[in-house]
Amino acid sequence: MQFPLPQPVSNADSLPYWNAARERRLVIRQCKACGQPHFMPRYLCPHCWSDELEWVDAKGGGSVHSFTVVRRASDPAFAALVPYVVALIDLDEGPRMMANILGANALDVKIGDRVSVSFEDRGDGALLPQFQRA
Amino acid sequence: MTSPASLKNKVAIVGVGESDIGKVPHMTGLGLNAQAAKRALDESGLKLSDIDGVLTAYSFTEPYFMLGSVLCEYLGIKPRYSASVVSGGASPAVMLHHAAQAIASGQADTVLVCAGENRATGLTRDAAVTALLAVGHPYFEQPYGGSIPGYYAMIAKRHMHVYGTTREQLAQVAVNTRAHALLHPNAHMKKPLSLQEVLDAKPIADPLGMLDCCLISDAGGAFIVTSAERARDLKCKPVYLQGIGEYHTHEHLMCAPSLTEFGAIESGRAAYQMAGLGPQDVDVAELYDCFTIVPVIELEELGFCKPGEGGAFFADGHARIGGKLPVNTHGGMLSHAHAGAAGGLFGIVEAVRQLRGGLGPRQVEGAEVALVHNEGGILSSHCTVILANAQG
Repeated sequence: MQFPLPQPVSNADSLPYWNAARERRLVIRQCKACGQPHFMPRYLCPHCWSDELEWVDAKGGGSVHSFTVVRRASDPAFAALVPYVVALIDLDEGPRMMANILGANALDVKIGDRVSVSFEDRGDGALLPQFQRA
Repeated sequence: MTSPASLKNKVAIVGVGESDIGKVPHMTGLGLNAQAAKRALDESGLKLSDIDGVLTAYSFTEPYFMLGSVLCEYLGIKPRYSASVVSGGASPAVMLHHAAQAIASGQADTVLVCAGENRATGLTRDAAVTALLAVGHPYFEQPYGGSIPGYYAMIAKRHMHVYGTTREQLAQVAVNTRAHALLHPNAHMKKPLSLQEVLDAKPIADPLGMLDCCLISDAGGAFIVTSAERARDLKCKPVYLQGIGEYHTHEHLMCAPSLTEFGAIESGRAAYQMAGLGPQDVDVAELYDCFTIVPVIELEELGFCKPGEGGAFFADGHARIGGKLPVNTHGGMLSHAHAGAAGGLFGIVEAVRQLRGGLGPRQVEGAEVALVHNEGGILSSHCTVILANAQG
């Protein structure tokens, strides 16, 4: 039985993030008070608790902090895709996020590799930020 | 930061119990808890009416709302102190912390700590997978098809990259714990395991294979905590709490402050400080081992070796019974049992038994001080416990 890949689910914290992704933009939260960006959007800045936050466009570049090649998927939706790469990406702006490394040479990925953002179609216009090796 | 009131010498563990372990299809999760609790109580010589506090954790197979109250109802106990603690794998040590604080402040005299579930036979594979996926962030991790082994695999990869830890060293952790499990009459795994078998096992998430991952067992565990004073005239040799400390840094891997420094450094520091002891004083260590990379990191963070030397510590045999610091003498979660929060609880059970002595070939000779470390999430929540068979 084939399961469709999960579509992103937005909530009140993350709706602008997923809306931006639909326009092929990767956006991150930045604090207007202390200036620090963070990943995983939330109501307040986890560094200084200011609730004055803005969305800024990330340039889309980053490097691989670590990764794994999944050989056996826990989620049945991904079973047909093995082997595939799940990685932690350090964005050039500072925050760290999780994503897949996609592309023909994805399985050759190494820690420290430069990557750039791409967007994967998950249906109904939903796009998921992903990364490709530079 | 204020130091907490010291719990050193205030409380003792006076009874421990394990349920039947492995595939136990004729018992429910609550039944496994009850069996472990009954065995712990019988061992202590206390009466059922002496228990006035009950702590438990969580259950994937029997996910009752208010599990603490449900367990008390099942056991027929009406306690004046009760809670369900949900710190993932760290829950048992955290529950010991709560129990000690409750007893030291007069909220309870004797606390039963209990956890476990029928995870091997009480869930279909699909249901188990769905339940465990929830450890990943629903919006920012799960859409990428990660898994718990995958998250720990990324930590292992980083450790290998920074320190040169090898695939073989990780595999030696599984070999080490299996050798110990064979000395334990109730361990889930009964067959010897070679290095080559670990290396050849079905790959799960690089660099981890099937035998780098903990078991899925039906199991319940329990221990009983009371005041050091009350412990003096009971049936079993009391094991005294010397130090305990916690530290919580994140839940989801993407939010971990570091992939090479975790909260065990701080939880360990707090526990050593309370105990007035250091790593050099510890005779046996029971370290959380949901995946082979984890006890490697814990050995380093708790000061038993330098950062990056944990893998070699296992590969060189120092963690064997008879070695410098025997680790996971019961076989750990890799080979003894893993069933939700019972996994880490068995580390406490084993430490108590080692400190009482008389375990035959499994006994760490002259064990006087034991360290237990529990962690939950993705090395997210940490609690370190130091126990001794005399009041220090």
